[in-house]
Amino acid sequence: MNASADTRLTKTARLARLRAKAARVRALIVKETRQIVRDPSSVAIGIILPVILILLFGFGLSLDVKNVPLAVDLEDSSFEAGELLASLQLSPYFHTRVTRSMPAAQELMLTGRADGIVRIPGDFARQVHAGNAAIELVMHGGDANRARIIQGYVAGAVGAWAARQAAEGRAMTAGPVSVQTRLWFNDANDSHYFLVPGLIVLVMTLIGGLLTAMVMAREWERGTLESLFVTPVRSDEILLGKTVPYFLLGMIGLVLCVLSAKFLFHVPLRGTLPVLLAASTLYVLVALGIGLVISSAVKNQLVASQLVMLVTFMPAFMLSGFLFDLRSMPMAIRLITFGLPARYYVALLQTVFLAGDVWRVIIPNAAVLGVMAALLALGSRAASRKRLL
Amino acid sequence: MNAPAGEPILLTHELCRQFVRGDEPPVKALDGISIQVRSRALTALVGPDGAGKTTLLRIAAGLLLPDSGQMHVLGLDAAKEPQRIQDRISYMPQRFGLYEDLTVSENVDLYADLHGVTPAQRAQRYPRLMEMTALEPFRDRLAGRLSGGMKQKLGLACTLVRSPELLLLDEPTVGVDPLSRKELWAIVRTLVDEQGLTVLLSTSYLDEAEHCGQVIVLHHGRVLAQGEPAGISAAAADRVYLASPPTNRSARAWQAQLLDEPGVVDAVPDGGRVRIVLSEKAELAHDPLQGPALGSVSATPAAPRFEDGFMVLLRRQAEHERAAKIALQHPLETHAGETAVHVRDLVRRFGAFTAVNHVNFEVKRGGLFGLLGPNGAGKTTTFRMLCGLLPASGGELRVAGADVRQSRAEARARLGYVAQKFSLYGPLSVVENLEFFASAYGLRGAQKRERVQWAMSQFELEAHAREPSIQLPGGYKQRLAMAAALLHEPEILFLDEPTSGADPLARRAFWRRITALAEQGVTVIVTTHFMQEAEYCDRIAIMDAGQILAQGAPGDIRRAAATTDQPEPTMEDAFIRVVEQARARGTGAQQAGAAA
Repeated sequence: MNASADTRLTKTARLARLRAKAARVRALIVKETRQIVRDPSSVAIGIILPVILILLFGFGLSLDVKNVPLAVDLEDSSFEAGELLASLQLSPYFHTRVTRSMPAAQELMLTGRADGIVRIPGDFARQVHAGNAAIELVMHGGDANRARIIQGYVAGAVGAWAARQAAEGRAMTAGPVSVQTRLWFNDANDSHYFLVPGLIVLVMTLIGGLLTAMVMAREWERGTLESLFVTPVRSDEILLGKTVPYFLLGMIGLVLCVLSAKFLFHVPLRGTLPVLLAASTLYVLVALGIGLVISSAVKNQLVASQLVMLVTFMPAFMLSGFLFDLRSMPMAIRLITFGLPARYYVALLQTVFLAGDVWRVIIPNAAVLGVMAALLALGSRAASRKRLL
Repeated sequence: MNAPAGEPILLTHELCRQFVRGDEPPVKALDGISIQVRSRALTALVGPDGAGKTTLLRIAAGLLLPDSGQMHVLGLDAAKEPQRIQDRISYMPQRFGLYEDLTVSENVDLYADLHGVTPAQRAQRYPRLMEMTALEPFRDRLAGRLSGGMKQKLGLACTLVRSPELLLLDEPTVGVDPLSRKELWAIVRTLVDEQGLTVLLSTSYLDEAEHCGQVIVLHHGRVLAQGEPAGISAAAADRVYLASPPTNRSARAWQAQLLDEPGVVDAVPDGGRVRIVLSEKAELAHDPLQGPALGSVSATPAAPRFEDGFMVLLRRQAEHERAAKIALQHPLETHAGETAVHVRDLVRRFGAFTAVNHVNFEVKRGGLFGLLGPNGAGKTTTFRMLCGLLPASGGELRVAGADVRQSRAEARARLGYVAQKFSLYGPLSVVENLEFFASAYGLRGAQKRERVQWAMSQFELEAHAREPSIQLPGGYKQRLAMAAALLHEPEILFLDEPTSGADPLARRAFWRRITALAEQGVTVIVTTHFMQEAEYCDRIAIMDAGQILAQGAPGDIRRAAATTDQPEPTMEDAFIRVVEQARARGTGAQQAGAAA
């Protein structure tokens, strides 16, 4: 009987202790939420920056080349030449300016008003009838990628013209230019399809990693932790008090991104929402862990934010497979990418958005993120023990 | 719950802790400290910066581990069971971590939640807490918008949301003006006297130790003395005199000379006279007060103060440092009565706020002028305008004959400025810093070498010439900053809080250099938080809310503040009285204005 009373007592004591713990965590969460709401920089990084990134990436930064300023040096006034010019002018990819001499076209190019010159020579019509017509294409080589894309478009426009000529029964013995059409983009030729999922990675990295690292380092810098430490509060409670609000903020960022993906850019969500949420939860926890470990280790806002940018944001940008194809990277760099959480999240997002719930892709990637989150949770626990040095 | 009065509540035994930074030799912050703190009493840890006060308190709070030795708090080993101690004590670090974007009551509520204070307890405790700290009208104000003194009071309120078994306060009054200091002390004393709290606090203000029941004096990580403050003051018993300087000498110059006399432990200016502490009579070859060097002087015995006893104890350990004198290469010629700094109707507005409001003063060449005032009084703004760092909104401003508002560069070439914080290049060595500043002042070739050499020898920096300046001991950093400001042989030297946190020996050395500079014709303008140091000045001005409230010789200002209750006010008493009177008038005038 005595023994059972004892266990009951310890049970009530344990319950009371748990209740006190919950009260402390709640107090910390309330405090953190107030700070987020009042601190313009938290709002800026948590809400405004994602919105700017969405708009910038969605509308400003598109990898499709459109409205290329193109000079057309029309030296021939024949019907054939006019048809070719019309073909170029009708293409949505070009914004053409017609000149009558090469120097005038070169002037446009030199002053940056044209990215390329299509020269239709004076004897173009005669050449066409002779079957060996040639037009000259001068490209701005500053951005080789762009030049090649434009070259492809020009070839495409010329090909369209040739096809029309053939359809109208005009003799075309050989293509005037060797047409090499290579389109590197997705079927819809719309880069939003892979930019928007990539964007989610960036936003989650910023909120989870950068923001938490900065607010935690700020507590070290301002000495608020020193006061907090000498209270009944435990270090896991401090961590929880940081994690919960920023996790929720990350989820707000996610919702913003998903909504804009769906309704602004019409990116399909071929997988299911719960899978997307679960994958994002894992990644935000990883990013939070990195932010907390780094800030507890360096205890300085500036250094912490620089380090977090270096460790999470830059790789998420460059080495996650979001902008650049991982398979085309040198082996050494590909090995590095295996250590980057963003890589697995990008794989998850691209699958969920563009392919659907493909479990043999989702499970291994999610598993890696889960292990990382667990390790980082242990790490941040160790890094933020209640000691000053 | 609390131990009966007198029981030791905190006990250390041979406590040691050192800090290693990079490949520097380790710094011994605590070097074998054995102390005890009794319950239901107010104990002060007294000592200059670097004495080990903060390290000791942090070990007690379980935030640092000792290298060796023991620290027991409430009978618990602080190294082994920090959380159990943290559950029961309260601790206010030097910069109390207030959340600046939370309001006053949100900060208090956070700590009440963390300590598990029930709503019933709050209802009972909060009104008392708010009344004591006078924060009630500011409950909804963001902590970041409070003044320095109010922040400290809020920090104290946060540590007092429940009755701790031990309250640790780390320099609660540092950087706080005398008025707020007085209020903070009143709160702490109420807690101890009326609520039976046990308080251990640290301070670098020696005069504050006199308010405490027990004092532990730390110096360079060791205990210099431990006991009742009266006992420490008694070390200087029967050896303190007040003497008027010979007719043709200023108190300041005479005091500097006295410090070199054998048998003199300490000499500081005190209201036009000099306060002299003699060493034990037995050691004296002759009585310095009868010495031929000083002429015939009438000295009256005075009651020893805590600082007098402290200096006696310190002299037993620290050797007499070499006379910190300074000789200019080209002493400035002074003509009596010539004005070096002329300020008339000086105004500076920041938007609708007037930081400096029609300020007038003049400083004679070779004079030493002190600007005193609470935080936010407008001292630093005035300083910045004098140095041409900030344009004035109105008024006249002439420095060394040049109109600062018209020709800033010309004025600037004639003045040196030592900022409050160490503002030299930390990673550069002493020589590199001096060479850089010499070049910045336009010195070249032989002249530059000569000036750098002069600075190195006059400020005794040779031994540390190649050390990165960030690693210099505190006193040397200050010397280097002053040396750099004097490279271009300025006529006027501005010093912003030059001695805050410095130990008493370093402070005395500093003032001897300043005295020597003034004697050689350099005009010095200084701000300080140590009211006693105002005694070194020829004239002082007390500022509050952008206006000068009183101006004159320190002795005159003290005499003017005398009341029947307080026939001989200290500089601090006089300061508090002047500011309080002006504030009372100010609110009266405001009310009258509102009524009209």
